[in-house]
Amino acid sequence: MPKNPEIKKVLVIGSGPIVIGQAAEFDYAGTQACRSLKEEGVEVVLLNSNPATIMTDKDIADKVYIEPLTVEVVEQLILKEKPDSVLPTLGGQAGLNLAMELEEAGFLKANNVRLIGTTAQTIKKAEDRLEFKETMEKIGEPVAPSQVVESIEDGIAFTNTIGYPVVLRPAYTLGGSGGGIAHNEEELIEILGNGLRLSRVGQVLVERCIAGWKEIEYEVMRDSAGNVITVCNMENIDPVGVHTGDSIVVAPSQTLGDKEYQMLRTSALNIITELGITGGCNVQYALHPDSFEYCVIEVNPRVSRSSALASKATGYPIAKVAAKIALGYTLDEIKNAVTQKTYASFEPMLDYCVVKMPRLPFDKFISAKRSLGTQMKATGEVMSICTNFEGALMKAIRSLEQHVDCLMSYDFSYMNDEELEEMLHQVDDRRIWVIAEALRRGVAAKHIHDVTKVDLWFIDKLEILIELENALKEAGRKIQSGMPVDLAFPEELLKEAKRIEYPDTVISRLTHIPQEEIKHMRYSSGIRAAYKMVDTCAAEFEAATPYYYSCFGSENEAEASHDRKKVLVLGSGPIRIGQGIEFDFCSVHSTWAFKKEGYETIIINNNPETVSTDFDIADKLYFEPLTPEDVESIVDIEKPDGAVVQFGGQTAIKLTEALMKMGVPILGTAAEDVDAAEDRELFDEILEQCQIPRPAGHTVFTAEEAKKAARELGYPVLVRPSYVLGGQGMQIAINDEDIDEFIGIINQIAQEHPILVDKYIMGKEIEVDAICDGQDILIPGIMEHIERTGVHSGDSISVYPAQSISEKNKETIVDYTERLAKALHVKGMINIQFIVDGDKVYIIEVNPRSSRTVPYISKVTGIPIVPLATQIICGHTIREMGYEPGLQPEADYIAIKMPVFSFEKIRGADVNLGPEMKSTGECLGIAKTFNEALYKAFQGAGIRLPKYKNMIITVRDSDKEEIIPIAKRFEALGYRIFATRGTAQALKAHGIKALQVRKLEQESPNILDLVLGHEVDLIIDTPPQGAEHSRDGFVIRRNAVETGVNVLTSLDTAAALATSMENRAAKLTLINIAEI
Amino acid sequence: MKAYLILEDGTVFTGTSIGSEREVISEIVFNTSMTGYLEVLTDPSYAGQAVVMTYPLIGNYGICREDMESSRPWPDGYIVRELSRIPSNFRCEDTLQHFLKSYDIPGISGIDTRALTKLLREKGTMNGMITTKEYASLSDVCQRIKAYQVTGVVDATTTKEVYTLPGDPDMANGMKRVALLDLGAKRNIARSLNQRGCEVTVYPAHTSAETILAANPDGIMLSNGPGDPKENVAVIEEIKKLYQSDVPIFAICLGHQLMALATGADTYKLKYGHRGGNHPVKDLETGRVYISSQNHGYAVDTASLDEKVAVPAFVNVNDGTNEGLKYTGKNIFTVQYHPEACPGPQDSGYLFDRFIKMMEVER
Repeated sequence: MPKNPEIKKVLVIGSGPIVIGQAAEFDYAGTQACRSLKEEGVEVVLLNSNPATIMTDKDIADKVYIEPLTVEVVEQLILKEKPDSVLPTLGGQAGLNLAMELEEAGFLKANNVRLIGTTAQTIKKAEDRLEFKETMEKIGEPVAPSQVVESIEDGIAFTNTIGYPVVLRPAYTLGGSGGGIAHNEEELIEILGNGLRLSRVGQVLVERCIAGWKEIEYEVMRDSAGNVITVCNMENIDPVGVHTGDSIVVAPSQTLGDKEYQMLRTSALNIITELGITGGCNVQYALHPDSFEYCVIEVNPRVSRSSALASKATGYPIAKVAAKIALGYTLDEIKNAVTQKTYASFEPMLDYCVVKMPRLPFDKFISAKRSLGTQMKATGEVMSICTNFEGALMKAIRSLEQHVDCLMSYDFSYMNDEELEEMLHQVDDRRIWVIAEALRRGVAAKHIHDVTKVDLWFIDKLEILIELENALKEAGRKIQSGMPVDLAFPEELLKEAKRIEYPDTVISRLTHIPQEEIKHMRYSSGIRAAYKMVDTCAAEFEAATPYYYSCFGSENEAEASHDRKKVLVLGSGPIRIGQGIEFDFCSVHSTWAFKKEGYETIIINNNPETVSTDFDIADKLYFEPLTPEDVESIVDIEKPDGAVVQFGGQTAIKLTEALMKMGVPILGTAAEDVDAAEDRELFDEILEQCQIPRPAGHTVFTAEEAKKAARELGYPVLVRPSYVLGGQGMQIAINDEDIDEFIGIINQIAQEHPILVDKYIMGKEIEVDAICDGQDILIPGIMEHIERTGVHSGDSISVYPAQSISEKNKETIVDYTERLAKALHVKGMINIQFIVDGDKVYIIEVNPRSSRTVPYISKVTGIPIVPLATQIICGHTIREMGYEPGLQPEADYIAIKMPVFSFEKIRGADVNLGPEMKSTGECLGIAKTFNEALYKAFQGAGIRLPKYKNMIITVRDSDKEEIIPIAKRFEALGYRIFATRGTAQALKAHGIKALQVRKLEQESPNILDLVLGHEVDLIIDTPPQGAEHSRDGFVIRRNAVETGVNVLTSLDTAAALATSMENRAAKLTLINIAEI
Repeated sequence: MKAYLILEDGTVFTGTSIGSEREVISEIVFNTSMTGYLEVLTDPSYAGQAVVMTYPLIGNYGICREDMESSRPWPDGYIVRELSRIPSNFRCEDTLQHFLKSYDIPGISGIDTRALTKLLREKGTMNGMITTKEYASLSDVCQRIKAYQVTGVVDATTTKEVYTLPGDPDMANGMKRVALLDLGAKRNIARSLNQRGCEVTVYPAHTSAETILAANPDGIMLSNGPGDPKENVAVIEEIKKLYQSDVPIFAICLGHQLMALATGADTYKLKYGHRGGNHPVKDLETGRVYISSQNHGYAVDTASLDEKVAVPAFVNVNDGTNEGLKYTGKNIFTVQYHPEACPGPQDSGYLFDRFIKMMEVER
């Protein structure tokens, strides 16, 4: 069936800010789908509140609205733009829920707008627990015994009929928010209560626990003619019980015979047919490990994280095909973009093995529980491809960017056997390392399987890796005892080590042979990485995709061409707190700009969720870890003319030195200048030359030195490691004890670089992104943070243009930026953070690279920063490109970037904001006035108040004066204020009616009861500074976040929220940023 | 032990010997299925060929004997990237390594199967030798390899005796009695009919049409099988007679090709065949596309069809080759692919239902 001619203008709803459970995969899917729609001549109107995405670019959609994802906004947008259709299945759960609300309210019908892709009935059949269960029963597909409950009493009654443990799944939530496994009534009451609150419809599914079964997923597609195909199946190494987003996943399944594979495949196709889905769909199964019994766990009638993974794992572009299906095409009419010969109506065949590993945020939340369950906790993921499982796992491990490179990276050797056995029972992110240690001690694979339920096949693969580790250690011992290297370490062993992807660094560590020598041994024996193509068809047809992965012991298929200049663009790896989707935005735009300049572009990256790893972005894609060795193997083949590192965040910057050693020129700002910005002494020299002040500080290596420095500077001081992003390990210390604690933590994250101790200055934080061509600079705009210094810039509300700094200060900022950019010989991008304290402007940080704010500032100023920077790198000048150097005229919009957090997903994480970044994503509020922009930003971030008009205020002594005006404003907004004793007294003394609540340790009803009582919608809590956290405060904040109460830990944020609520606009003005 | 795969063009792959260590020359073909290695190994259509699995990790779930598609493995040789050291599956009874050894099938592992597949794709199906011997000069060996031809394979694989699988006499519309001409049949053809209540009588390939028709079957099934269809001159003669009868006929793979040859159409050898579980076939009547299980090196030449005799009913979406025929004015339909699956998608099982309906109407 050809395209439906009635579809001319489509509204695509995006997924909003990056939160745990809804990340960059929707930018990838959305971007692909929008391009696919435009290809068909359809006008695309895009709505997404996330400014860091590529899909919100004006070259992706025709009209782009970066507005809050609320029903009111969508309604208003539909009335304004009059699309004939809405495509809701590309924006994750957020987009789907919005579309459903509009459909249920009859708004779409009333305005002659149809849902394309998948109908509302279908969505409801798949998403509504009861309807889903009935549908499955109708077609004879088994589901675990379960019941939807709407109250705790019903939950208890049902569980008593099926027995504990039970799994709890709230309806309509993402990433399994609020779900969990309850082993007894107490746990049931806690988890169920939480789940009922989080569900949009107040429903939770209570079901038989099938933990320990194999978890298998199928990605299936269906078109309007009823043709169905399977794109990929995947097997979770972690059995049922761990959210698939937190599991190590392998594709295709490894331990299923054809009978099991086809049984589940047929089931998935029956389900998609019965549901009547037109587009993509994900079906999750629990398969009994010892029989053919299975249960359908869940169906997602939309593109998802798993579909992004399946697309990258197979080369089959699910979102693109789904968009074409939505327009009316059938699978046999859509060309397979990979082969250009075959059609979308086929099933990809892999001739390699794919491993996905979750990127968990426990390095950021060191107080959080590492345990994994049905609530997803990962912020991102990495994928790797190899011809064997062991190799794919090893590559995935070293792609994680968390200081791990093999099965020894988490050390459990200090544990005694009992402790290790106990650890095996724990399900956390280090499970494979625990299993590895058990195998090292000779614990039987069978026993490990009995405890963990991880399939024996996977355990055996870990054992193979351990056996090789032992062989390498043995070689190392022989070498140390004087045996010649060629005898102790035969070529066959080296070959085998590389076949299963032991990196040279690890081989060197185990054998005590220097890394360079290992490389030399490899090269002289011809042991080199070969590259194979991902072609969807296991080489059956010739493919045109330049999408490669490496393996050893094979013939190389990647041929380098040298007909034009060639540039290597290094990606930014997994999405983690501090290095998010923004860097993918920059990498992709830089790649496109290089292409325009006539370069051949090559991307190396390992993140399956991103646009940059779509095979049609660069001329060639290498899906590989971003370590020096992996990059060098590619360089050996491609011999690029240069590499660009300034767009891939810290991941790419860290490779600078290695690239220089390989002889690859760094394009743009020179490596030594990058280093100068990071190296304290060199940087101090530059600042002195430029006569730019910075807060006094010292570089230290030990806690003793740090304390000495701090006493000399005077507390409070800022302590941080160098060469990190997102303020990892950065803290404000108010005394010696704090320093001891912080340095301890810093050393835990394997710090090879020095530690910086700076005087902490309280003031306004200002941020600037600039482009420099060596002569002139271009500053698109100056951004000001709402929160004063001390809160990480990524966690601050950022306002463009800066509202409250003087012209004189602006001039100083421009002047300093120019001086610094020139002194550092910047060619391309530079990001500078300043503190403004009265008339004084200090520099706090300089990054000679692209930053988190670049996508947002590009979009709201209309200045294509990354393409301009790329053109400069290629030799153009700012003037040549038609820009007048200096600070650009301010836009007539106010744009506010608001951080978004995922605290409710991470048990045990403190929500208190500080110098270490904690937000996972961001949204934008853009309007003609500051107040409306602020209102939109809070709306976009999901802070939609008031609800109950009850709030709690508890502030530290130093804030008791400043809280008064803020409290008065909330009182004026109609809020009833509860406060702890000290705060209440202060408020009362100023005529504010404050109700005093008892502290946590006092008898009920106390502050905790108030929080848990679902009557409070806001808490302002400023904890005392320093490491000496109040345990009480922590408990209150955690409980509040988990109960859905908004918690603000900065008075500046609180004041901004009051402003936003005071100025609540009756009708929002929607701004098409494509017109800026 | 080291093993070598020598192709007729002189290309040598070095790997490790698996299974038997005896030397073998055969036609090398590749299969892209990611699961179902045992079904592939026991499919009689591979007689006279050595199979390369493009999926690199083989043997993961061991041997589950009930999944065998015939009584024994048929390929002359087996070529994989990696054999799993341990099998893991609740039904597993044996390892693939031991299975190959016990049936004396030579194989090679540890080679770059993708490079080999690309060669076969680019140059077309080639002969090759699997050996543990090191040859100093390849020219003689290559001559020997080139000379190899797949012949006599239907005779080798067909049943020696007639046997009957009882049906279900209580079937709603009456039990159907089907005559299955075994040209190297996979077990699941009979099983698929059996599961639908049919009584299935299996005949050796060289049974005369008269013998089959004398038993008065409700329908006749022509099975899959190995080799060049044109080699089966005598069988084709018998099929001509079956065509003349009014008994409904359903044919799969080799059976489909033989029916075409029996009615005046032609077959030809594909460059490298279709072997795997992901081929899309389009039902020309409904426009629906089904993902199919395939294993064939020859195809019916559409241009040779006389529309008064037969018209295309199914076509391969990828390369446009013929995937099925509908015989004009006859109760006969034939498909090139495998509705019995095993291994591969079960999406075309409905064709057996169509055959049963055809028998009902005829009765």
